[in-house]
Formats: sequence, structure tokens, C-alpha cells
Amino acid sequence: MARPQRNDDATAAVWSLLSGVCDPEIPVLSILNLGMVRDVRMDGGGLEVVITPTYSGCPALDTIEQDIRAALARGGHGDVRVTTVLSPAWSTDWIDEEGREKLAAYGIAPPQKGGAKRSLFTAAPAIKCPHCGSRDTREVSEFGSTACKALHRCEACREPFDYFKCL
Amino acid sequence: MSRSAARCTGTKAAGAPALFQYCLRLGDNALVLGHRLSEWSSRAPTLEIDIALSNLALDLIGQARMLLSYAGEAEGAGRDEDALAYHRDVLDFRNVLLVEQPNGDFAHTIARHVFYAVCARAMYEALCQSRDTTLAAIAAKAVKEMTYHERYAGEWLVRLGDGTRESRTRAQAAIDRLWPLTGELFETDQVENELSARGIVPDMSGLQPLWRARIEEILARATLARPEECPMLSGGRSGHHGEHLGHLLAELQYLPRAYPGAVW
Repeated sequence: MARPQRNDDATAAVWSLLSGVCDPEIPVLSILNLGMVRDVRMDGGGLEVVITPTYSGCPALDTIEQDIRAALARGGHGDVRVTTVLSPAWSTDWIDEEGREKLAAYGIAPPQKGGAKRSLFTAAPAIKCPHCGSRDTREVSEFGSTACKALHRCEACREPFDYFKCL
Repeated sequence: MSRSAARCTGTKAAGAPALFQYCLRLGDNALVLGHRLSEWSSRAPTLEIDIALSNLALDLIGQARMLLSYAGEAEGAGRDEDALAYHRDVLDFRNVLLVEQPNGDFAHTIARHVFYAVCARAMYEALCQSRDTTLAAIAAKAVKEMTYHERYAGEWLVRLGDGTRESRTRAQAAIDRLWPLTGELFETDQVENELSARGIVPDMSGLQPLWRARIEEILARATLARPEECPMLSGGRSGHHGEHLGHLLAELQYLPRAYPGAVW
């Protein structure tokens, strides 16, 4: 999925404001790192920000919408429409390189590209420990503290860590 | 659900009555099963299972929100996801009987989830090809989530079936008791035939062999017996529910009915 254009002059300032809006569950990631912002449109009807939800049941979406309005209001854009589109469906493959590096530095192993394809009765892939870098890690549970995380443990440094669930 | 309904833009809903009915069925399945799983929160056998079941519930309730929102759009009568979830009575719910069954013991919850998730994953996989772009987008997200559900429930059924004498007895009892409710998952009618002829929804009867094969693979690994052929129970999709759904809705709908328009 090609990333949306962000270099057109009229909306460049808006994109820059949006880069300051973070995921409330993972505050090191901006919604741009996540690939949630699909478009920014400016026309006679005002400013429209088009976003797409990540996980179906992610409760952070309403907060993110409010945060977008607040950030843009601080930048002088009072009248903003935030529109949600479902198509094309978001994937963890849309998280950018900067986002992946920030996740690892924050202690969350970033999702493997194309990792959502794993099917029934196949072994969990070896995930690199974000603390010590070892690949000698074990899946504790595919479900963690939020909809987007799985629980893993490193057998080398013995530390538990979160893995960003592939979708 | 949210204070404000999710606003989704997509294709204009053509063929509204059939599409409304279809989205309602899928949405109600997800909502009712999601609520059932949420009943495990704080009561599961271990912390990891508690977290996992709550996550499964969250996925399903998220899917229900998108499907019921779209059902409301297709209906065009101004009902949003909240109106459909909270202000319909038992007779208007269109979920299959399987998903409204009480949680029972952990084996029952897992058996119910294996039956549902294997079906839902195959269904959403096919629905990704829908000519309706909104349904295809909902399916594209849901199919990945249901892959997690199928794997989680499948692996647990194997552990229970191939575990201790006690877990095996309970797992077999759960499979046997819920089996007669699985036929309804693949029933088709006028609504689905019409939509399937237009390339909007998959033909469920065509997915049944795939479901059977996958279930047989899981049961074989779990060393559990597949139940004998028997008459199947149905009626949920036409509003003929068991007594359990009313109790579930009493809890699910209590707050918005007792305090209409409440926000927090």
C-alpha cells in the first residue's frame, strides 16, 4: 500500500500537526507512523482528515479522533471533519520504518511483515527480543494488555516483552 | 459502544432490504458472542486466558459495530449501531442459536468458539471478494482477527481433548451438546441467495465442506470423536431464540434502556 501524499503545500502544515498526534495506548507512535491517516483534503467545505481504524475493536479510535481535532484546533484549524474509511483495510504492514524503530526502543517488538498469514497449528515465528536482541524467545500468549499486543518472553535475558500483533 | 456512532463512508447500499438483513445477521452473531465472551472477564481459569477471552470479545464487538453501522446505513431509517444493539428485542435479533448458548464450563466456551470461528474465518475470507466494497473492507479486517480466534480455540480444544481424563470428558460433552447447533451456520434463504447471485455475499452451503474438513482435523488432533449425524436445530436467524438470549439482552441493554440517552 503506497503511503498517502503529504508534500502538497496546502496540507503540509496539517500533516505536520498530525505527526504530533499519538496513539494513546502506545504514546511513542504517531498516527502517521501507524499509517492510520489516509488523506487530508482542503476544499471549500473546510478541512477533512480521513482516517482508518486499526483493530476492529480498538477502543482508542474515539480518543484519537478527539486528539486530531484538538491538535488541529491548536494549529488554527477550528472546523475539521474527521472521516473514517474502512477500505482498504489497515494492516500492520503499514507501520513505517521510523515507527518500527520507535516500537523496539520502547520495548515492544515490532510486527513482522506479512505475519498475519499464519494459520492453524503452525508454530509461532521467532521474535527478536527488544531488550537484548536474542531470537531465543517464546510466545506466552497471543493476546496481551491491548488489542494490538501479544505476550512473549525472552529465554536469553528472561525478560517478558510485548509483541505487536500482526494484522 | 461509543457515544457517537462510527461514521463510515463507503458504497451506497444497494438492494437495501436484503443487505440490511444480511448485515444484521453477521452483526448480531458478533455482538451476542462478543457479549458472551465478555462474561468471562475476571472469571477465567488463568490470567492469560482471562486476557485472551476479553480480547476475543473486543474483536467481535468491534466487528459488530462496523456491521451494525452498515446495517443501519442499508436500512436508511436513521438507526445507528447503538439503536440496533440496544433498542431491539429478542424477536428482532438475527443471530444463530450457537452464539447465544451460555458459556458453561471452559470446554463449552472453547467448543462453541471453534465451531463459530472456523465458520466465520472461511466466511470472511470469501466475503473479501464481495462486490460491496464496505462489506469487503469489514471482511478484510475480520478475517485476520478470526484467524487468531480459530487458532486460539483450536489449540485449546486439542489441549483439552488430548489432556486429562476430566478435560477430555468435558470437551467431548461440549462437542456433543453443541453439534446440533452447527447446521444453522450454513443455512441459506432468499436473502442470501439474492445477494449471492449478485456477487455480494458468499454461498454458505458451499463453505460447509471446508468447515467440516477443518473441524474434523481439529477433532482428530484433539483425539475427540465427531458426533453422529443428527437433526439440526435452527430458528435464531428468523428470531426464534432460546430462553438464553433474553437474559443476555437484559444485561447488555439495561443501561441505555433504563437511562435513555445516557452519556459518560
